[in-house]
Amino acid sequence: MSLTDQEIKMIEAKALEIRKTIIEMLTEAKSGHTAGPLGMADIFAALYFHVLKHDPKNPDWAERDRLILSNGHITPVRYSAMAHAGYFPVEECMTLRKFGSRLQGHPERDMLPGVETTSGPLGSGVSQAAGYALAARMDKKNFRVFCLTSDGEQEEGNTWEGVMFAGKYRLTNLVQVMDRNNIQIDGNTEDIMPLEPLADKYRAFNWHVIEIDGHNIAQFVAACDEAKSIKEKPTLILAHTTPGKGIPTIENDYRWHGNPPGKGPTDKIPADKQKEVFLQELEASRV
Amino acid sequence: MIKMQAKLAENVFDKPGMASTREGFGKGVVEAGKADERVVVLTADLAESTQAHHFQSAFPERFVQVGVAEQNLATVAAGMANYGKIPFITSYAAFNPGRNWEQIRTTIALNDVPVIVCGMHAGVSVGPDGATHQALEDIAMMRAIPKFTVISACDSEEGRKATIAAAKLGSPVYMRWGREKSPIMTTVNTPFEIGKAIEFWRGKKPQVAIFGTGPFVHNVLLAARELEKENISVVVVNVHTIKPLDEKKIVELARECGAVVTVEEHQVHGGLGGAIAETLAREFPVPMEFVGMQDKFGQSGTAAELIEHYGMGVKNIVEAVKKSLGRRSK
Repeated sequence: MSLTDQEIKMIEAKALEIRKTIIEMLTEAKSGHTAGPLGMADIFAALYFHVLKHDPKNPDWAERDRLILSNGHITPVRYSAMAHAGYFPVEECMTLRKFGSRLQGHPERDMLPGVETTSGPLGSGVSQAAGYALAARMDKKNFRVFCLTSDGEQEEGNTWEGVMFAGKYRLTNLVQVMDRNNIQIDGNTEDIMPLEPLADKYRAFNWHVIEIDGHNIAQFVAACDEAKSIKEKPTLILAHTTPGKGIPTIENDYRWHGNPPGKGPTDKIPADKQKEVFLQELEASRV
Repeated sequence: MIKMQAKLAENVFDKPGMASTREGFGKGVVEAGKADERVVVLTADLAESTQAHHFQSAFPERFVQVGVAEQNLATVAAGMANYGKIPFITSYAAFNPGRNWEQIRTTIALNDVPVIVCGMHAGVSVGPDGATHQALEDIAMMRAIPKFTVISACDSEEGRKATIAAAKLGSPVYMRWGREKSPIMTTVNTPFEIGKAIEFWRGKKPQVAIFGTGPFVHNVLLAARELEKENISVVVVNVHTIKPLDEKKIVELARECGAVVTVEEHQVHGGLGGAIAETLAREFPVPMEFVGMQDKFGQSGTAAELIEHYGMGVKNIVEAVKKSLGRRSK
C-alpha cells in the first residue's frame, strides 16, 4: 500500500522530532551514541508510525509485530520513537543512562515494556529474531518479526550463524533491516573489516535482498510491503544511511559514533555549543 | 548406613544398574514434552550424543537442528523462549556453555527467559576424547551468572526427575550431564526437589560431612563404607542443586560434624567446593578438603584411569576425610 504525500510528510515530521529528542537526551546523559541513532531515525519513524502493527498502550499485545533491536547501542532512537509514539512520556527520555531509569544505556527487556529484547553485545539479534519467528510459525501466528542490525555487527560470527539458520528454515515472517552506514567505532567498515559484497552474501545464504536509501520513507515502506510478498525466504532490507543524518556538521564522521553532544570532537564546534548548534541544524533540515 | 528416607536402590553396593546421566535427560525431556507442548529441544549437530534424538523421534515438529553453531544454539533458543517456548539446548558442556557463555549471559539470563542449557559429556570421564572435550569449568561459569539455577544430577533417574522439574521452573537453568554409564543409586521414590540436598548415608555419630555432586556421589558412598570399617563415621549428602545451594542443610551438617569434604568432577575452583566454602566461610567455618580437579587440564585415557590419575577416586575421598578429621577441633 503506497503512501500518500501527506503520510510521508507526517512521518518525516516525526523523524525530525525523534532526532531532536535524541540530541536532548544524549546531551543530558553525557554519554552514549549519536551518529547511529540519527541515521536510523527515518526508519524508526516509518516503523512506529506506519509499518508496525502495535499498540503503545498495550505493549504486550500478543499479535503485535516484534521489533528486535540487535545493535542495542542505538537504543536512543528506539526510546525516542517509542516515546513519541506514546509508550511513555517524552520527558522520561531525559532519564537515559541514569541511575534507576527504565531507559538503560543498552535496552533491557524486563525494564521497559515494548523493547522486546535485551541487547548490546553485537551479533546476537538475527538468531534471536529467527528463533522468535520460528516459534511463532510453529504456533501459526501471523505477526512479523523485524530485526534491526548494524553493518559493523556483520563481523560477528553469530550473525552469520543466524543468517544461515533463517535461510534453512525459510523464515518468511522475518525481516532484517540493516543500517548500512559504513562506520564503526574504530573507523570505516571497509577499512576495519571489509563487508562487501553484502547483498551478494545474503543472497548466497538464501535471503531476498532489497537495497534502499534508508532516508527515503517511501522506499522503506515499499520494501516492507515487498517482503510480505516473498513466500520462500527471509528478507534483508539493506538500508544505506548517513550516520549523523540531519546534522551536516557531523554527518559521515565516524568520530561521532560513540560520543554525545558536548563530548564529541571540538574541531568544528566547541563542546558547550554542540547541543544548540545541532538542534539548529536539525530545524534547518526541515523540508 | 544408607538413609532409609532416601529410598535408594537396594543394589546400590552390589552390582547396581548402570546408565549415563544423559540417558536420564533423554527420558525426562520426552516426558516434559508430553506434559507441556511449549517444550522444544535444540541441538548443535549432536542429537544422539546428547540423547536429544529421543525427543526428535517423539516430537519432530518441536525439534530444531541448528548445526555446529553453539552461539546460534543459545540465541535462537533465547528468541524462542522470548516468544513463549521452553527450550532445552543441547551440546557438549565444553561448547555449551563453554563457547556461548556471553550469549547465555546476555540473551538468556539478563534477558530473563526460561532456557534450559544442557552441557553433556562433562568431566574427565568422557575419557579418550581428551582435554579439549573434558569440561571442568562449567559449574563455575554458570554459577556466576545471576538468575541461573545449576543442577548436576547424580544418576540417570535423578536426571530424569530434574529435567521434568527444570521445564516447570520458568527461569534459566544449567544442567550438567555425563557420558559414561554410572551406577543408578536412586529410585522412582527417591525425593527430588530443586534446591534440596539429600542425605544418602549417615553414620552413628558423624565426624565429617561429605558433599558430593554428579555420578561421583557413588564413589562417596563407597568411601563412606570403607571409612565405617575403620570406625570413622560420616554423612554423605547428594548436592544435585549447586545453585541455589541448600545452605541451611550445609550449615547444619558443618555444625554437627565439624569438618567437611567436597567431591566433584570439576575444577576445585568455583564449583561445588567453592560454593560450599563461600557459605561456610560466612556462616560457620570448619576445616574443609576439596576432592576434584586440582587446577589442571585432563588428557586421553579411560574414565577410571583419569579419575585415579587426577586424584578423584574412592581412595582420595577416604584420604581427604582423614585429613579433614586431623584438622577438626576435638
